[in-house]
Amino acid sequence: MPTFDYAPAPESRAVLTLQPSYGLFIGGDFVEPTSGTAMATIEPATEQVLAEVAVADESDVDRAVRAARRAYQRTWSRLSGSERGKYLYRIARILQERSREFAVLESLDNGKPIKESRDVDVPLAAAHFFYHAGWADKLEWAGHGPDPRPLGVAAQVIPWNFPLLMLAWKIAPALACGNTVVLKPAETTPLTALLFADVCRQAELPPGVVNIITGAGETGAALISHPEVDKVAFTGSTEVGRQIARTVAGSRKKVTLELGGKAANIVFDDAPIDQAVEGIVNGIYFNQGHVCCAGSRLLVQESVAEEVIARLRHRMSTLRVGDPLDKNTDVGAINSAAQLARITELSAAGEAEGAQRWSAPCPLPEKGFWFSPTVFTGVAPAHRIAREEIFGPVLSVLTFRTPSEAVARANNTPYGLSAGIWTEKGSRILWMADRLRAGVIWANTFNRFDPTSPFGGYRESGYGREGGRHGLAAYLKGIAL
Amino acid sequence: MTPTANARSTGGAGRAGARIDVRKTYKLAIGGAFPRSESARTYTVSDARGRFLANAAQASRKDARDAVSAASKALAGWSGATAYNRGQVLYRVAEVMEGRHAQFTDEVARAEGLTAARARATVDAAIDRWVWYAGWADKLAQVAGAANPVAGPYFNLSLPEPTGVVAILAPQASSLLGLVSVIAPVIVSGNTCVVVASQTRPLPAITLAEVLATSDVPGGVVNTLTGFTAELAPWLASHEDVAAIDLAGAAELGWADLEAAAAQTLTRVVRPGEGSDGAGDTEIGWAARPPGPHRALAFTETKTVWHPKGR
Repeated sequence: MPTFDYAPAPESRAVLTLQPSYGLFIGGDFVEPTSGTAMATIEPATEQVLAEVAVADESDVDRAVRAARRAYQRTWSRLSGSERGKYLYRIARILQERSREFAVLESLDNGKPIKESRDVDVPLAAAHFFYHAGWADKLEWAGHGPDPRPLGVAAQVIPWNFPLLMLAWKIAPALACGNTVVLKPAETTPLTALLFADVCRQAELPPGVVNIITGAGETGAALISHPEVDKVAFTGSTEVGRQIARTVAGSRKKVTLELGGKAANIVFDDAPIDQAVEGIVNGIYFNQGHVCCAGSRLLVQESVAEEVIARLRHRMSTLRVGDPLDKNTDVGAINSAAQLARITELSAAGEAEGAQRWSAPCPLPEKGFWFSPTVFTGVAPAHRIAREEIFGPVLSVLTFRTPSEAVARANNTPYGLSAGIWTEKGSRILWMADRLRAGVIWANTFNRFDPTSPFGGYRESGYGREGGRHGLAAYLKGIAL
Repeated sequence: MTPTANARSTGGAGRAGARIDVRKTYKLAIGGAFPRSESARTYTVSDARGRFLANAAQASRKDARDAVSAASKALAGWSGATAYNRGQVLYRVAEVMEGRHAQFTDEVARAEGLTAARARATVDAAIDRWVWYAGWADKLAQVAGAANPVAGPYFNLSLPEPTGVVAILAPQASSLLGLVSVIAPVIVSGNTCVVVASQTRPLPAITLAEVLATSDVPGGVVNTLTGFTAELAPWLASHEDVAAIDLAGAAELGWADLEAAAAQTLTRVVRPGEGSDGAGDTEIGWAARPPGPHRALAFTETKTVWHPKGR
């Protein structure tokens, strides 16, 4: 039988002009950090340096927070909602206009496939600004009281898995509600946030309304603990989320946390199996599994387990792993050496604890950080790979017999961000949804995101919601979350 | 062609070497095309001081029916578009209007006899109104919809849906801002419409139709008729394919008869003065931003879906 292979189809980097180094975006200008220190951000697919970015220390954080405070008092809180909205519409439009530039940069800095950055991350980021632009002059209709008011200065710390999209989730609602922000992108993926600073300038956003400071954990810690900050919004690991909750304890800072997950993707025997397999693949291998709501635990009904796993392995063997900029790539590079080490370590633990490992037989590039799409069968609920968030392309398969058992197993986790249900029976979907302790339930689909749809977790997946009418509450005064 | 250029050239027409400018023929807008009236009738449109501006098409009963037919055809596509898409299209209308700000300012100043500054402010407000309604596209369901906690094992969700083809009698005094204030809330939810422009001030409506035709608004979503409101309104009010009628511009007509005609097919009616700030059909009446999405929701139907829950 002839085999048909894909010719390379790389997206051009020519759309992008990177500077060798970047300063901090404070008060509408790029400024040098006080300490003068910098760090490199690399391309995880090749380990080559993309650019150097500044490391902000406490005095830089202070400058940024003061710039945000000044902008809040002098301009942003005095603008009408409709004028604020117009700035957000401008930003949405500029993101759409420069979408290819952002997609290429995101794939370079993060390692995700261009088809995901191009078709998911960037369009959703623009849509997020578009949606919240419309709220800016309609807040009294959002159901948060007759006189909704902003909080002031928001400190926002975001992760590396969806750098631009997480920026949009943070900045759009904050600005729509009348707050100003200081945002710190992740240490390994700062570049699209710095390019976003240029979008703010093109939109002629008043200086200081958006400030972007780069750095590692210490910078983030300094930002959230700054006394002049009114609101802390964090997306990242549960461990750091706990530290943040401890740090702000006793203060008047409003906090929202969007943390880890260990979502169950539940497949019943009456599910359309091919669709379910696509959903399982999308649920765990989308974005290399670097997704807090990833369907990392497959709960499959015993009677169809064998068939589902066979078809799943077959589908996995067709996944193309490699160059993130290639338009045919399904799975890109792992974001960092540290993350690759964690995925490798947890996978080894899976084998050591007795689960059976199967990895897609795909060639991996020599340079860069890579991990083959992997599935573990024979996983027991007590295994580490069934309990801990791996945050990589690794799926753990468990089985169940009855809907009640599926619910019990799905809820057997300290997390509660998302869950998936695959069945043709509508009433069962709703029965299950009522019992799953998770903030987002996908039925016969997975990993759907929309600016109108609230997102956030139960239990140790954090608190507060982002997106939709509900997400506005996180940026308005006087509303207990 | 700007009207000031027009006025200047008229004055200089006799002078040797003066350029005679090219005047625009104002036609109807039906189904994405700009036809003359099938009746071949026109009527004279004058400015606020009675000076000749143009001959506008005088739409007939047949034109009105054609317009309803075009609106019906466009309904499935427009109501089936995502709310996000409709929001972007409405915002696009604002963008394209902004580019023709000077033209609108001139036309509104002449039509309504406003100073340039007031006309400019009116055009600003009209553009901002599109932006305001653009933002409602994906929020109407979030504000007006509800998950209903019925006393039983059922999922129960109520959502607004567009009612269908809407006939609009546009405000008579506010030729542009009033017009935008009645079109935008109708189409934002996915309705299509047939709008009868201000009878004596119809020209900004045709220019707006040109903007709509170049703003990603699908043909047939907004069909614009110029002519005599009293002649066209009864046909629209009683048309079986018209689901709702906005009588905003019928304050001076016998609108009770129109409402009675609409009753035959239980066509939804919004009466004159409803939904504006109570100051009636004046520029001032449409000046203030609406207090909420009520005008848009007036042209929606609430649909409630039940579904059982159970293993």
